[in-house]
Amino acid sequence: MSGGAQDQAIRTGRVTRTFIYVVLIFFALFYLLPFFIMLINSIKPLPEITGGNMMALPTDPTIEPWKSAWSTAQIGVEATGLKPYFMNSILMVVPAVAISTILGALNGYILTKWRFRGDNLIFGLLLFSCFIPFQIVLIPMAMVLGKIGLAGSLTGLILVHVVYGIGFGTLYFRNYYAAFPTELVRAAMMDGAGFFRIFWRIMLPVSGPIAVVCIIWQFTNIWNDFLFGVSFGGLDAQPVTVALNNLVQSSTGVREYNVHFAAAILAALPTLLVYIVAGRYFVRGLMAGSVKG
Amino acid sequence: MARSDRAPQDMRTTLQNWLPKLVLSPSLAAMMVFVYGFIIYTIYLSFTNSKMLPSNEIIGLENYTRLFGLSAWTTALINLAIFASLYIVICIAIGLLLAIFLDQKIRGEGVLRPIYLYPMALSFIVTGTAWKWLLDPGIGLENTMHLWGWESFKFGWIKDRNYAIYTLVIAAVWQSSGFVMAMFLAGLRGIDNEMLKAAQIDGASNWNLYRRIVIPLLRPAFLSAFVILAHLAIKSYDLVIALTGGGPGRATELPATFMYSYTFTRNQMGVGAASAVIMLMGVAAVMVPYIYAEVKESR
Repeated sequence: MSGGAQDQAIRTGRVTRTFIYVVLIFFALFYLLPFFIMLINSIKPLPEITGGNMMALPTDPTIEPWKSAWSTAQIGVEATGLKPYFMNSILMVVPAVAISTILGALNGYILTKWRFRGDNLIFGLLLFSCFIPFQIVLIPMAMVLGKIGLAGSLTGLILVHVVYGIGFGTLYFRNYYAAFPTELVRAAMMDGAGFFRIFWRIMLPVSGPIAVVCIIWQFTNIWNDFLFGVSFGGLDAQPVTVALNNLVQSSTGVREYNVHFAAAILAALPTLLVYIVAGRYFVRGLMAGSVKG
Repeated sequence: MARSDRAPQDMRTTLQNWLPKLVLSPSLAAMMVFVYGFIIYTIYLSFTNSKMLPSNEIIGLENYTRLFGLSAWTTALINLAIFASLYIVICIAIGLLLAIFLDQKIRGEGVLRPIYLYPMALSFIVTGTAWKWLLDPGIGLENTMHLWGWESFKFGWIKDRNYAIYTLVIAAVWQSSGFVMAMFLAGLRGIDNEMLKAAQIDGASNWNLYRRIVIPLLRPAFLSAFVILAHLAIKSYDLVIALTGGGPGRATELPATFMYSYTFTRNQMGVGAASAVIMLMGVAAVMVPYIYAEVKESR
């Protein structure tokens, strides 16, 4: 995205400009409000929510709901809070992101610099695999995970996320490496540099930006996944999204809205932090997955 | 590769030629088994008499006839049609509006843009949790309006069979419209300003400038937005689960929730597989031409 350095062709009058600002600010509120309301209600005691106005600022702020959401809220049969599920998500996300990114980088390198007959077909197949509705693989995946003894385990979930993450990883690196001058690779080959040496010495040093894009994309996707987590997580490997849903949907006892909100924010925190710190790359990742050129 | 007479050199060259394919092969194998192999297996299951467990008894198209005879499936398809068309149209409208407005040398663009986009970083489960409560008449928006003195205000769509599907649209638009804005903004920034200036000198009004020149130039962005949103709509599952759980009744059942419940809780695996195949066909109809063009273009 380039800045607005060039002078604008479209001129707008004062009334129009005011209208534009009003619309833009209205939408900013529309996007911010749900999160803001969750935040202020997550620090209210329960009676203040059920008996009061959701827009009102807390009169008696408390961090109890956050403590409860993290370590004592009843999720499923046990009162563990989100903590163990949060850990599950971390233990699942880190290896899955690392492996799918490394494979994506190697594949992208091969598909652009070591081309062979049929490479475009392979890329097309990989690309389509990014977009399939995962319902089409749920049944056989459940069977295979059961057969190899990985059902309901983090290893199983990591395997699933790596397998379905390769496509996007390859897409990013391939499109990025395609713009990298092939002559440099040729020259290195003439000098006797081999496959891995070229990758290590020539490609990797320039891969920083796309690696960040890819890591953020995979991280967001895998952290936010619900379908695979609920299908293959069993009881011991449920990720945080599944736990949050169980907490919110549970019909036993009083609905502790404040705890639900604190839990929702906790579950969203890692991806939000990544977005705040590296939003630029996040947007680039979204675009690279959709816009040509 | 330069030819060499020395044997070790030859062997090295051969190895170097095979190495890329060797490194690619695990990914390729994983894709062939876990994506395309599984797709074929699910298609196969959709022709069998599988109930709780997979069976090998072929029953032809019976699952498909049963599927389309089920009112739950018809409901899911109608819901998807309503949801997808509104979701796509509203996201594109809001996205385009915000992008055009943001492109007017707006002060504070750097603050506004990330605000529009952050919902995209959230899980649909989080979005669903937030909106489920905002839309709840007893405690959310309706209650707030009552407390503010607007006693007659009614907004109980989420509990209403006829309107619940629209709450899904609201939450989904909230999550994705900022992303569409980013796609259009990137498109707008790619347009040559000189051309616009020339048109303006010719006396074109701003409105005409956008309608006749700018918006037609954004065609690729429209296409991308449509493809991405359409496939997201078909795959929608998490949001339904978190926001409405498919209810009230079956009012917000979508193909994805139908597939899950028929396969895993109602023990109708054959029918579930058939519904998954229909979903895949829907996504393929949208994605395959797009991907074909993409791959061909980059050849």
